[in-house]
Amino acid sequence: MLRASVIVFPGSNCDRDVQTAIERVTGFAPKMVWHGDASVPSSDVIVLPGGFSYGDYLRCGAMAAHSPIMKDVVTKAKAGTPVIGICNGFQILCESGLLPGALLRNASLHFICRDVFLKVENDQTFFTKCYREGEVIRVPIAHGEGNYFADSETLDRLEGEGRVAFRYSNEAGETTADACPNGAQRNIAGIVNETGRVLGMMPHPERLYEKALGGTDGRRVFESMLLSTLEAVA
Amino acid sequence: MKAHIKITLKNGVLDPQGKAIEGAIKGLGITGVGDVRQGKYIEVDLSESDPAKAKAIVEQMCKDLLANTVIENYSYEIG
Repeated sequence: MLRASVIVFPGSNCDRDVQTAIERVTGFAPKMVWHGDASVPSSDVIVLPGGFSYGDYLRCGAMAAHSPIMKDVVTKAKAGTPVIGICNGFQILCESGLLPGALLRNASLHFICRDVFLKVENDQTFFTKCYREGEVIRVPIAHGEGNYFADSETLDRLEGEGRVAFRYSNEAGETTADACPNGAQRNIAGIVNETGRVLGMMPHPERLYEKALGGTDGRRVFESMLLSTLEAVA
Repeated sequence: MKAHIKITLKNGVLDPQGKAIEGAIKGLGITGVGDVRQGKYIEVDLSESDPAKAKAIVEQMCKDLLANTVIENYSYEIG
């Protein structure tokens, strides 16, 4: 059994994609929770989906981070409920303080929508345990503000604690500057919090979870959340 | 009272929009232009008439919402 809740903000547009991905991959349909609600139902996983919450007003994710539901998301995350933020969800996690750093405009100023290669840096987290450290996967990105920024002290800490989950790389797994689509510092595509139970990532695993979509490399994010949940119960 | 709030990217944070604006200004044929940084300007009407209290209110809204202090600085005038 996997009880997942997908938070729906005004302007979310990947909420139904991730709903379908979770249901198809795990066999358990998530609950859809409106941002104006005061609390999230008891959940094994909370998902902050991609999109353009509140039209990206002020800063991407800034308004959503202060919407009514987020107080409870923050409380539950701090108490140990796993949370994944994809794309705009990653921006919301940073704006709400659950993850360090911020996501700036892409260095090219272009909105980029294409598949990229990612190197798996940590296969021990709640959401990545079905991957293998060092493997290269192909997942799409679709963002204008995915340029991860944090001060060098924070970056050193993230790396030192193994909290970089995914880095942009080339097909051979080399994390070169050329392989970084958006200018993100140290090619960072996804990070986790101190416990490895809150993941923010710019790429969209829910867009490549079965062959009919053109690839399956995103699938294991959802398999990982199911496996991690089942292991915790066992 | 009205708060006039300016939000700018911190030094050291890359500002690609500022760079693009710089290129466009130079494209006009204007010379003598150096680094360009862009930011936001926000006006907020306040019913509070006590300057110290107004400052505390503006400080809180800047810190908690209007600026992301990881990447941005803020300054304001109240009058």
